[in-house]
Amino acid sequence: MGLIQKSRVKSPWILHFDNSSCNGCDIEVLACLTPLYDVERFGMVNMGNPKHADILLITGPVNRRTARVLKNLYDQVPDPKVVVCVGTCGSTGGVFHNCYNVLGGVDKVIPVDVYVPGCSVRPEAIIDGVVMALQKLASMR
Amino acid sequence: MIEQFLVVMVTLVCAPLVGGLLFGIDRKITARMQGRFGPPVIQPFYDFFKLLGKEHIAVSKLQFVWIYGYLVFMIVSLLFLFMKSDFLLLVFLLGFASVSLVLGGFSTKSPYAHFGANRELMQILAYEPILLLLAIGIYAQNGSFLISEIFKQEKPLLFTLWPLFLAVLYVLTIKMRKSPFDIATSHHGHQEIVKGVTTEYSGPYFALFHLAEWYEIILLLGIIALFWTNPLWVGILIALAAFILELFIDNIAARMTVGWMVRLSWSVGLILGILNIAYIYYTKGVS
Repeated sequence: MGLIQKSRVKSPWILHFDNSSCNGCDIEVLACLTPLYDVERFGMVNMGNPKHADILLITGPVNRRTARVLKNLYDQVPDPKVVVCVGTCGSTGGVFHNCYNVLGGVDKVIPVDVYVPGCSVRPEAIIDGVVMALQKLASMR
Repeated sequence: MIEQFLVVMVTLVCAPLVGGLLFGIDRKITARMQGRFGPPVIQPFYDFFKLLGKEHIAVSKLQFVWIYGYLVFMIVSLLFLFMKSDFLLLVFLLGFASVSLVLGGFSTKSPYAHFGANRELMQILAYEPILLLLAIGIYAQNGSFLISEIFKQEKPLLFTLWPLFLAVLYVLTIKMRKSPFDIATSHHGHQEIVKGVTTEYSGPYFALFHLAEWYEIILLLGIIALFWTNPLWVGILIALAAFILELFIDNIAARMTVGWMVRLSWSVGLILGILNIAYIYYTKGVS
């Protein structure tokens, strides 16, 4: 593994995007940053800017409003990038799956690499999902 | 000649290594203060190499010119310090470097970058007069702007220029872009202006920004070390203590507004500096 590949695994910067989640998963995503879980010890930083991010962490079902925002954010993240879909709603649409305004899971709009199911997801599961995404990131180019 | 060449090479290679390590220590200490474990000390280097391997998205070609300008002017002003050259020119080159960063922000169409660039301009407005006063203070004390002249003096500058030293500590807080002056690049206020002036930089060009920041921190700590050059290790210890002090301030302070920063630096910093210089000329007499 080269220097750049190794650094890629050691410093994943995360962009957290909330489609139309009930905020349960978002609270769990932010819980990962607290002293109890402290994901920064793996070099993970919550970035507010898609242009600096490596991993897209997406919660909630896609609706007609957020679909183009999500597509736009995905295009703004420079390669190599991976998409982690957090929560049941993000994976399949969950309890919102047949609402008139909901398109379904995140994979209806952008390609998803890792699904982390759960309602809401536990922080351990989110960290596990991101670590799986890192293995995929390491194998890219 | 050979000696100067060696100084240049050592500066170019060692300054970013030490600067990156300082930023790693910064992240570690900050995490420990917040009750977290924190990333490894060499984390900034991981970030740097990762960014080098990423795709760069060009929003405007001009911004690449300005980020190179920021890096090159920063390196040249650091070389001025290490070659013990003119302090006044060093201040002007530092100003050029910061203005390059501002123009890089303005060369894109992103409103967040524009906000960040405007705030960076206000930061320059806040700290540049203090650094100029420091140059004048050094001239008043030594009769020369040359840094090599500072090294020849037996008595450290800190004894006579301590009010300016306090003002320069204030400059260090502004230049490190940490709380309470986490204004232009917004380390923590993502909701407000995303990443401020660096919003539109991605991949390798963002890595260049980090590299320039590493040179910058060495330059600022070097300026602080000038206050005690005989022996130099005391000055370096003072600079490191100032760095740790900034980390404390970062963790105990909230983010302040731009106006607050400029008001405080102009009222406290400028008055401290002007009184300091006036006192030196009062005791020595204008020749």
